[in-house]
Amino acid sequence: MVQALSLLLICQLLGTVIARASGVPIPGPVFGLILLMILLMVRRGPDPGLSTTAQALLRHLGLLFVPAGVGIVNELDVLRTNALALAVALPISTLLALVVTGLGMQFLLRGER
Amino acid sequence: MSGLYHAWVYLQSEPLLGLTATLLAWQAASWLDERTGHAAWSNPIMIAIILLALVLIASGTSYRSYFNGAQYVQFLLGPATVALAVPMYANLGTIRRNFIPILLSMTAGSAVAAISAMLIVEALGAPRTVVISIAPKSVTTPIAMGISQDLGGLPALTAIFVLITGIFGGLIALPLFRLLGIRDRRAQGLAGGTAAHGLATARLLLESDTAGAFGGLAIGLNGLITAIMVPLFIRWLL
Repeated sequence: MVQALSLLLICQLLGTVIARASGVPIPGPVFGLILLMILLMVRRGPDPGLSTTAQALLRHLGLLFVPAGVGIVNELDVLRTNALALAVALPISTLLALVVTGLGMQFLLRGER
Repeated sequence: MSGLYHAWVYLQSEPLLGLTATLLAWQAASWLDERTGHAAWSNPIMIAIILLALVLIASGTSYRSYFNGAQYVQFLLGPATVALAVPMYANLGTIRRNFIPILLSMTAGSAVAAISAMLIVEALGAPRTVVISIAPKSVTTPIAMGISQDLGGLPALTAIFVLITGIFGGLIALPLFRLLGIRDRRAQGLAGGTAAHGLATARLLLESDTAGAFGGLAIGLNGLITAIMVPLFIRWLL
């Protein structure tokens, strides 16, 4: 548990260093994810401790973004002012993404089963 | 009475209250979600946020003093994002077998999601912060908020956009697939995970394990693809 948590934090730390040092605007934890992925490929899979810790963290993933979401109390004006733009953009862009990805994938996989 | 008041003032300046309230709201929201049988429109994250927002407004507590405690929960987002590598690794075989189709269709879908959302809100007069905040709205919340924060958006706004996207995607995915003849479960899962992250994937998982597995891998991969592409879109479009 402690070992696995340390590993996750080390990956995040290195990821953040890479993100800052390179100036690439990708979140540090995303670089950390890639680093852990490479490590898992080299080691051919996570050890049981890492599996358990990852599962525990991800099972309540929803809880972790509640605090930022509550920040909406400070943004109610922004929501109200841009309500129309958002009411149009969110459904349409989601629909387009579903259509493009779904039709694209089905087309590229055709004839194979 | 004044003793109670002093205790309240003291607690408001301490992290304990915000932290406890967050955990309690989450448990209440999870309980409600279970009572509805995990219905597509029910979302514990949304419920917990609304509960806490109401409490803050009713008690006159500032977000800053709430966040003083809640930041300890938020901190875990970083390690949790890194931990996404573990379930992604479990899908590595599937990704390798269908690498080219997955990469092409996801890159296209991911670009369409971000660019169309950005162009529409910009055309309808939204300010730059809103255009940036909406760009990663199809990505799973921890990564979306990270992208938004790094690029000068408002992470709280992004969290709400992600949630609305997920709820909408979960509702229309299956009827839309039927309408367009998208019957391949792998294509369904990939589309759901790319366009509307975990909420659409959870809905598709009820229909098919294959769709669920492809949805799961699309969630993680789309986080990476979007994180790489959105900075470029912002440079080109804004």
